[in-house]
Amino acid sequence: MAPPRLRCASLHGVLPMLILQCPYCLIDCDETELTPGGEAHITRYGAGSSDDDLEKYLFMRSNVRGVHFERWRHTFGCGKWFHAARCTQTLEVFGTYSAQTLVPPPNIIDAIKAKRPEWGGFSK
Amino acid sequence: MSKRLPFGGRLIDWTREIKFSFNGAEMEGRPGDTLASALLANDQVLVGRSFKYHRPRGIVASGPEEPNALMNLGEGPTFEPNARATTTELFDGLKARSQNHWPSLEFDVGAINASFPLAFPAGFYYKTFISPRPAWKHIYEPFIRKAAGLGEAPEAEERDADRYEYFYAHADVMVVGGGIAGLTAALAAAKSGSRVLLMEQSAHWGGRAPVDGVEIDGKPADKWIAEAVDDLSKMPNVRMRLRMMGAGIYDHGFALGYERLSDHESADGMLRHRLWRIRAKRIITATGAIERPLSFAGNDVPGVMLASAVRDYAVNYGVGVGKRVVIATNNDDAYRTALVLKDAKVEVPCIIDARPNPTGALVEKARAAGIPVLAGKAVSTAYGGKRLTSVGLCSQDGDGRKTAEYDCDALAMSGGWSPVVHLWSHCGGKLTWDADTAMFRPNHDAAPLGADGNGFVIAAGTADGEMRTAATLANAHAAGLRAAEEAGATALSDDAGPEGTDIDEGPMLPVWQMPAAMSKKAMLKTWLDYQNDVKVSDVRLAAREGFESVEHTKRYTTLGMATDQGKLSNINGLAILADSLGADIPAVGTTTFRPPYHPISMGAIAGEARGDIFKPMRRSPMHDWIDANGGFWEPVADWRRPYCFQKPGETVKDAVTREILAVREKVGLLDASTLGKIIVKGPDAGKFLDMLYTNMMSTLKVGRCRYGLMCSENGFLSDDGVVARLDKDTFLCHTTSGGSDRIHAWMEEWLQTEWWDWQVYTVNVTEQYAQIGVVGPNARMVLEKMGTRMDLSAEGLPFMAFKDGEIGGIKARPYRISFSGELSYEVAVPANQGQAFWDKALETGAEFGITPYGTEALHVMRAEKGFIMIGDETDGTVIPQDLGLNWAISKKKEDFLGKRAQQRSFLTDPNRWKLVGLETVDPQVVIPDGAYAVDGAVRDNGVKNMIGRITSTYFSPTLNRSIAMGLVERGPDRMGEVITFTNPGGEEIAAKIVDPVFLDKEGERQNV
Repeated sequence: MAPPRLRCASLHGVLPMLILQCPYCLIDCDETELTPGGEAHITRYGAGSSDDDLEKYLFMRSNVRGVHFERWRHTFGCGKWFHAARCTQTLEVFGTYSAQTLVPPPNIIDAIKAKRPEWGGFSK
Repeated sequence: MSKRLPFGGRLIDWTREIKFSFNGAEMEGRPGDTLASALLANDQVLVGRSFKYHRPRGIVASGPEEPNALMNLGEGPTFEPNARATTTELFDGLKARSQNHWPSLEFDVGAINASFPLAFPAGFYYKTFISPRPAWKHIYEPFIRKAAGLGEAPEAEERDADRYEYFYAHADVMVVGGGIAGLTAALAAAKSGSRVLLMEQSAHWGGRAPVDGVEIDGKPADKWIAEAVDDLSKMPNVRMRLRMMGAGIYDHGFALGYERLSDHESADGMLRHRLWRIRAKRIITATGAIERPLSFAGNDVPGVMLASAVRDYAVNYGVGVGKRVVIATNNDDAYRTALVLKDAKVEVPCIIDARPNPTGALVEKARAAGIPVLAGKAVSTAYGGKRLTSVGLCSQDGDGRKTAEYDCDALAMSGGWSPVVHLWSHCGGKLTWDADTAMFRPNHDAAPLGADGNGFVIAAGTADGEMRTAATLANAHAAGLRAAEEAGATALSDDAGPEGTDIDEGPMLPVWQMPAAMSKKAMLKTWLDYQNDVKVSDVRLAAREGFESVEHTKRYTTLGMATDQGKLSNINGLAILADSLGADIPAVGTTTFRPPYHPISMGAIAGEARGDIFKPMRRSPMHDWIDANGGFWEPVADWRRPYCFQKPGETVKDAVTREILAVREKVGLLDASTLGKIIVKGPDAGKFLDMLYTNMMSTLKVGRCRYGLMCSENGFLSDDGVVARLDKDTFLCHTTSGGSDRIHAWMEEWLQTEWWDWQVYTVNVTEQYAQIGVVGPNARMVLEKMGTRMDLSAEGLPFMAFKDGEIGGIKARPYRISFSGELSYEVAVPANQGQAFWDKALETGAEFGITPYGTEALHVMRAEKGFIMIGDETDGTVIPQDLGLNWAISKKKEDFLGKRAQQRSFLTDPNRWKLVGLETVDPQVVIPDGAYAVDGAVRDNGVKNMIGRITSTYFSPTLNRSIAMGLVERGPDRMGEVITFTNPGGEEIAAKIVDPVFLDKEGERQNV
């Protein structure tokens, strides 16, 4: 006689899986080369900001199911931060672009709209 | 007694015998056998005991889906549990032992469980071991732990003698499965120019086709397969691997291959398993199908086997599983087994066919061969204990009343076939229910999607639900072409692809229990999941108790949760669940298929990352000297640092005391090379550091140093260290030993993503310098005697200043900074001069009593001075204000990282726990690290009210008393108060709140 056991058969989470193109090196990076940095285009609220703005800055994330803008660093490569537009549901990648911009560039917006006509557009 | 037939045996070498042992008994097999076929050839049908009821169990299958024949293989450093006999290739000297029984396989005490089939229904453990509460810890858990588990764990101290490795591979098209579909798909893709990686989990190409007597392009399957393999092996763009399983498919075309290189021979020291980490543009899953058992009472009695397995053992290994074999089926395929057995001169008393009116060419052939076909019939019960003795016959439509009984020693059953959709499903591929063939097959409209949004997995052949040869080959050929095209091939092969011929087969009848109106009593003896002992009655009970979701039923009954992950049991189980709920099978759905397809070895997952190369280690330039001179190592981030330097015959504690007193009274030598060193340079460097540190760095004068604090945007203290201004645009920032990479990344993140218009550059130069602390009252004398033209006097190099020059002929930059409160020079020299400087300092310093000291002495001395340590006084919830470091927080700066967050109400609460020193009332008693301060009150939840905790605690040899630092509620306002600390296993400890600076509050020792 032996008791019931849960068996965690999944190797998800320990294996790097995504491929993203570094917009600086222009190579397709395996996720092992990259470090994730969370949602992109978050406005920093520093000294003098309101409690609400601070909360938004520190804690509130869109956590969307669908089109997501996010930060990655090519840590084991050129060391540059960049942004990726990606579908969190299907993991489809619409494009990657420089992190040194406040909004996604038009070519990325166009690429998303071509694949996701129902998408409501970028908003902060 | 040998069970070899004068028939078949296409995979074995009839000319040789090899020896192996099972439970200590010597047996003989033949090269090419699996352990299972060799056991059956030795008439060893009983091979294990079941998990819960310890019922006798025999071999059921011939492939990796085998639920019962799990073996302990090898011994000592090569021991491995839970190996499937059906996938273990026999070699000379193999040692196997059966599992899960005590004291022996033949006589098992635990089998008494089976006498009470109602004793352990679904949810038994959840329901039974609840109360009384204390019994869980003292009675239930120890007992259950003893009984738990399949197989044995290897000896804890035994190290695996085998080697494992990773292998990285890229392919345009990866094909999983080397049956006729996989070969066809691989040929189509390869001839189109794609780089193809083809893998087959068994030791043979071709899969089941030769066993089924298939013809391809007018040739026998064996011949066509040999030619196809030959063609592929000559193509430079094709890589082929036998004994390699497609273990898992992950996002964006990532896949794992599990190659077993030497499991089939006694090859000590050889590379054993190789984990392939593959990126493929397209993956074809040609993984075939698995036959389903039938659910009738007694279907787990040894001798009851899958019909396809009975056929495999006869054709592939020349083994007859019995002398009289009854067939039970709901489809035509099992008739192939009957015909094979007839050819092999094995008696087939009857074919029990659940279909009321079976027709089709195979049925007619069986009839013509003189085998009685009993239509519309079912097995009422399979009889026997350790071996099948007879089967009862009843009507499939009825309630199971026995109308006849057939003596037999084996039963070949077939409940139809399920495509192997695991790999298709691993990465999100959806399934569709095919009612005609009663199976889930890949839904082509919902394939796993890749980075480009297109499906990257293509199911081929039988795995795509095509059960006939011609359709399988056409499907696989198309899959190969499609994969090649989608992977970028420009010149697709215009070969027509192979053609198969089929015998006409009649439709199958879905049969989920035998008979349809099975009695409750029979359900208690009708197994769904052999490996976890789940019966029809358990699934029906779960449904009655409200477990309507298939995922919940799975966890409640443990259906499909054993090492085989329900490869045989899942479809039958969820059909029973659907029936119990009055729902359709597709509405109930399947449980989630997760990688790996089969268990893979821990060794393969670890690869080469074991022992010394588990994780790379960072070494200071003086590492080897320290190692050779009594260094008692402790890990500090990726470094090793000496806790102390032990002399022969000295305890660690004695060594620490000796080192502290030497530094306080004479001079000590510290290897501080591990401290992080980051150069920040550029016109905006000062402005940048003003944002990064809480204090003002832009006003620092060239040649001077300043201690600084860094906080996260949440306001919490993250790192600290001394900043030196090298010139107008250049700063050198020291970080903690563990913080150098993190802080460098932190700087880059802000520069690249927030202030990208600021002109600042950073470089991590941690490993470019050896940094050696010369610390103590005699420090200056040592350095001066080493020889330098620099003025190291109190005026020439005051506290918190640095200089560039030479000491002892070595380029050196002494910083006058102190973490001990003593006169102290931290001397940075080029890394490759570190050992030379160290040697010279030791030699010159001998007359001054110089003593190398380690991290523990460093820690005690900094605590004596009330200096904080990142990671001791901080834990990610502490702000600088909690630590009395307000002096290091600029009030002039408009902003810095963390400033706004530190103004939040809970961080400005006067009741926050703040840093104080603590002196125990009994000076010899040292408070345990992490001890809590309690005030005697009890909280609502019954725990003692805590008002603080210890962050650092030591015995100070300098002061000859216990000292501690801690965070205490309103601590600084309570100076002199005596409070109480918990002390697990001892009496509570009283301590007085004091200033955290215990030694030399005025700093006279360092200002000399």
